[in-house]
Amino acid sequence: MQKLLLGDEALAQGAIDGGLSGVYAYPGTPSTEITEYIQGSKQAKDRKIRSDWSANEKTAMEAALGMSYAGKRSMSCMKHVGMNVAADCFMNAAVTGVNGGMLTVAADDPGMHSSQNEQDSRYFAKFALVPALEPSSQQECYDMAYEGFELSEKFNVPVMIRLTTRIAHSRAGVATRETKKQNEISLPKDPRQYVLLPGIARRNYKKLLSIQAELEKASEESKWNKYFDGKDKSKGVIACGIAYNYFRENYPEDKCPYPVIKVSQYPLPRKMVEKMAKEVKEIIVLEDGYPLVEEQIKGFLAKEPVRGRLDGTLPRDGELNPAIVAAAFGLKINPGADIPAVVAGRPPAMCTGCSHIDMYTALKEVMQKYGTGRVFSDIGCYTLGALPPYGVINSCVDMGASITMAKGAADAGLIPSVAVIGDSTFAHSGITGLIDAVRDKSPITIIISDNESTSMTGGQDSSAVGIIEKVCEAVGVDPEHIHVLLPLKKNHEEMVKVISRELEYKGVSVIIPRRECIQKAVRRKKKEAKEKKQ
Amino acid sequence: MKIDLILCGVGGQGILSIAAALGAAALRNNLYLKQAETHGMSQRGGDVVSHMRISDKPIHSDLIPIGAADMILSVEPMEALRYLPFLSPKGYVVTNTTPFKNIPNYPSEDDIMKELKKLPNVVIIDADTIAEEMGSKRSMNIVMLGAAAPFLDMPYESFENGLRDIFGRKGDDIVNANLAALKAGYDFSMKNRK
Repeated sequence: MQKLLLGDEALAQGAIDGGLSGVYAYPGTPSTEITEYIQGSKQAKDRKIRSDWSANEKTAMEAALGMSYAGKRSMSCMKHVGMNVAADCFMNAAVTGVNGGMLTVAADDPGMHSSQNEQDSRYFAKFALVPALEPSSQQECYDMAYEGFELSEKFNVPVMIRLTTRIAHSRAGVATRETKKQNEISLPKDPRQYVLLPGIARRNYKKLLSIQAELEKASEESKWNKYFDGKDKSKGVIACGIAYNYFRENYPEDKCPYPVIKVSQYPLPRKMVEKMAKEVKEIIVLEDGYPLVEEQIKGFLAKEPVRGRLDGTLPRDGELNPAIVAAAFGLKINPGADIPAVVAGRPPAMCTGCSHIDMYTALKEVMQKYGTGRVFSDIGCYTLGALPPYGVINSCVDMGASITMAKGAADAGLIPSVAVIGDSTFAHSGITGLIDAVRDKSPITIIISDNESTSMTGGQDSSAVGIIEKVCEAVGVDPEHIHVLLPLKKNHEEMVKVISRELEYKGVSVIIPRRECIQKAVRRKKKEAKEKKQ
Repeated sequence: MKIDLILCGVGGQGILSIAAALGAAALRNNLYLKQAETHGMSQRGGDVVSHMRISDKPIHSDLIPIGAADMILSVEPMEALRYLPFLSPKGYVVTNTTPFKNIPNYPSEDDIMKELKKLPNVVIIDADTIAEEMGSKRSMNIVMLGAAAPFLDMPYESFENGLRDIFGRKGDDIVNANLAALKAGYDFSMKNRK
């Protein structure tokens, strides 16, 4: 029988069945459910598949590379911006090559449902010169993970699977296959394969370049790329990943007049595209994310008009949907009634009882003395402190940037400057910035709003639990200026007093308001009550 | 047959339990299913929506095209209105009446009701009160599913069987409470459909 699975879950099950030995990840929407599924899978537990959370995406991918070095099949999973953190490893892993099959899953978020940008991870695969797979269905999510390890081992390169939010968080029936054995431990045949000294790196890089033609051939022959002929040659359509579904919603196979190429494996199958270009008057490219394919084919098809996101046939930004695709073909859309004027926006908000609320209430009161524009924040639930009624924070850029931006602003003379960062983000990328601040004796106050959880993504375990004060002290923060507070309404006056005092200190202070995430506390209490009953 | 359903509410209201029951019902009938969910940031008290598509033929898009939904099923009255552009002219709105007020500018309930009552095909049901009177406040979502059932092209028994699949592990009491909630919602719609 088919299993009803999210795209994320289908990918996870495909990896388990495909012989996975370890998954490494830092939570990030829309990728989180891949690793959570493996953590919750009895089958994965029985097969001793390693699945705990990593401190960040770079440590995750490096561990996956290490497991691959030892001959086993590994996978690292992240949201698109996690690829920026892991890029140092990713670009170089393409040059080292792999031993056991290695999958890198990048889950993009076109439309920015839960992200700060909509960068397209396919560029990273192209940049690193490695294959990328882009599923158009939950079944393909499963199959691509299942078969991706072999693709990686065959060509000796990491393989990227690129998801987008819609495929990651949409459910459908998935047929599973027989479970493969995990690889035995084995060392790379060449003991210097992973030593990227210039001489060896140059040799490896030439090898990587030399297989590009084979990778392209694999794309031409891939069952995931498909050429459909059509009688009407006025247009040809190239539809990538999930955009293929939106196209078929408008033009089902039995009612489609145009030639179509479905693209789900990269590098782009150039011969297929050239065949289409010879036959048709113009090509429309449908792709969710950036106009990667559109730009690329403009480079090698001088004479054919290519339409897509670059010439305005489709919007340059945002997520695709069936209506946008219909409009690109001049099809009529019949929207329902307008949204009545009475409907108000409902932005996300911090939960009632959240510890960040007590922290921000105190901070807001203190900052009145100094004026606005001095609080640098970070990525997590507490980013909602930018919205009313708080409106306290002035930045949210990338993981860990609160501490380093506060430092830079203080260096420029904005004294005092404040950083607000969560516990999990601190472990992810805050510690290195703290080392810089201590070294320069920067006059900044760092608030580590510790709810003992990675909450925005659903309450995963935080790598920072139990170590924050020790880490701060160990990297050189004066223990006199490290304070742990209990963020509750009744402690408001004390919090105001401590924050006010530390803002006047001309060095690095760390204030740690600590109270368990309210959602996590509710779940924990429910679980405890259930266990008590049994 | 095909059912294109917009399921909506506020993060934390548990619309995914309705989706799970419907999904189980669809699988029971060997139908194709695609269901796109909202995860992540919006779950913190923001508006959430799930696109649920059920068909006897393969389904292409995970998202329902604008103007094509057969139903908007909402557990919150203002949220029902937010997705009207998705509703086909023949489509139904089935909505709960209890407002979820977590924003300072929540509109007047009368204004919301006025807009809802203007719609040609609408069932407005106080599912919270019905669930509470049955002694199980948490089954509001299943009352809503029952209220939607008469307008969805699937036999009533498949909804019952879907609930049995989902709640079976929790014992007969829970199964029976949910079956009763389903029936209460169903009966309300049969009596009050326009």
